[in-house]
Amino acid sequence: MSRTLVIGALLSAVLIGLALLSLIWTPHDHTSLNIPNKLQPPGAAHLLGTDQLGRDILSMTMVGARTSLGVALLALAIGLSVGVPLGLAAAMHKGSWLDEAIMRGNDIVFAFPLLVMAILITAVFGPSATNAIIAFGIFNIPVFARVTRGGALPLWEREFILAARVAGKTRAHISVEHILPNVLNLLIVQGTIQFALGIQVEAALSFVGLGVQPPTPSLGRMLADAQTLVTLAPHLAIVPGLAIIGIVMGLNLLGDGLRDALDPRLQRART
Amino acid sequence: MLRYVLKRLASLVLSLAVASLIIFTLIEVAPGDPASFMLGINAQPETLAALRAELGLDVPKVQRYLNWVGGMLTGDFGTSYTYRTPVSEMVADRIAVSLPLALYALALSILIAFPAGIFAASRRGQAGDLGVMGATQLGVALPNFWFAMMLVLVFAIHLRWFPAGGFAGWDKGLIAGLTSLTLPAIALALPQAAILTRVMRSALLDVLGEDYMRTARAKGLSARQTLWRHGLRNAMIPVLTIIGLQFSFLFAGTIIIEQVFYLPGLGRLIFQSISARDLIVVESVVMLVVFAVILINFFVDLAYAAVDPRLRSRA
Repeated sequence: MSRTLVIGALLSAVLIGLALLSLIWTPHDHTSLNIPNKLQPPGAAHLLGTDQLGRDILSMTMVGARTSLGVALLALAIGLSVGVPLGLAAAMHKGSWLDEAIMRGNDIVFAFPLLVMAILITAVFGPSATNAIIAFGIFNIPVFARVTRGGALPLWEREFILAARVAGKTRAHISVEHILPNVLNLLIVQGTIQFALGIQVEAALSFVGLGVQPPTPSLGRMLADAQTLVTLAPHLAIVPGLAIIGIVMGLNLLGDGLRDALDPRLQRART
Repeated sequence: MLRYVLKRLASLVLSLAVASLIIFTLIEVAPGDPASFMLGINAQPETLAALRAELGLDVPKVQRYLNWVGGMLTGDFGTSYTYRTPVSEMVADRIAVSLPLALYALALSILIAFPAGIFAASRRGQAGDLGVMGATQLGVALPNFWFAMMLVLVFAIHLRWFPAGGFAGWDKGLIAGLTSLTLPAIALALPQAAILTRVMRSALLDVLGEDYMRTARAKGLSARQTLWRHGLRNAMIPVLTIIGLQFSFLFAGTIIIEQVFYLPGLGRLIFQSISARDLIVVESVVMLVVFAVILINFFVDLAYAAVDPRLRSRA
């Protein structure tokens, strides 16, 4: 196993584990206000300090990371559940009007910068976590359609697919039974990367008020709250920021490591 | 080449048409009538009707779409509901902040990534390469707006080298303008520089394995000469594409960075318009940003074909 894979897996496991731990335990109640105890620097009572309302930052970060991970995961699910069937269908009828329409549609979605698309959707339907998920989910669709189509096209030329066709299986049947398992590696790697990107997108959208809404904490929302207080209490911004960097780095390293591990033909040094 | 350009041009027009339709439709389904929003709940029906006519809201939807697109083509972006000024004027002021910021950030990204990428590729597998690659992992994970806050903390508040926010204005001189854009540009550029460094390195490594590089060495050129004379030029194709993509990304990225530094650019205009429900401004500015992105991608495609003749014949 490569070092990249080990570091990435460990970093992601620890941080995602901490976020999930918040489902059953946090050092303090993340909603309990304690105004006299506000803006405490990191110390024994509050390991990472307190915010402007005296809430425990470590507990907030754990719960916030859970929200951020949830947003990224749901957007990933939208991208996979729509993008993968589209990609399979496009590859199945390569060069047909369907393929052409899917790929051109993808081009158009790509032309919308992610942020602009999110702004447009939230401007029209109002800012909420759901709309942030939909915006990033839509962005994920062409990403997965492209990866699936790209991986599936060369497979259709292979002997084992020909054999399946000779045996009388329909194209749709072959797509699900033979093509999909063979592009799964690609999807796992891309999924890890899009998952990491989702954390960053949630943070950016919530930071400008277009994503997760109060009182739900998320890493992006914590940074938005910290913006005006950063000179008084830098730890308000530093802690959630480092959490984002840690999770994103962990997932990116994991994706890189998985790509090398799953595809031995790739030279590791090149990436 | 001409056929290739025409084909790209047709797809450019198609993308713009579809994008404008999507934006128009989305804004159309937005709840709330701008005229009643502006006049409040106690407005007289006659006043409301008059304002709707003035804003061009009383004609059928198809006609309104055509008016909007036709207006944009002739530089008329409509009139802001809240400020009652032409959107094109508001946009011109704001672009004078956002565009230089994106270009500044792009220049920084290239200035950082080229040397770093060349350095890493020429020391493949050694400590220097691992160090650069480790740094890029960190850079890619860095949220630019968070990095911006940290830059403000260190360079504006503690060291007082740069302003913490706001824009001096170009009329105060080039230096003053650039000084207020320096921290935002660094914040935008660093994560992009990390990506570009990785692309530069892997493009160079791909090229270094080519036969013509071995021939150049066999001819008697030193490793350094081969890298500079033959390696870099051939590695430029993937690098150029990424630079094009980064520019559109940076241009859109200014929207968020402007919030951290209170810069009066397109991003702030969009957010102000959203909260004022001034949808004609949102509509036109979003279309403008999408247009810029599609146009940049078009030029990247053309540059691509100009650098690599193989692409022309394939298309």
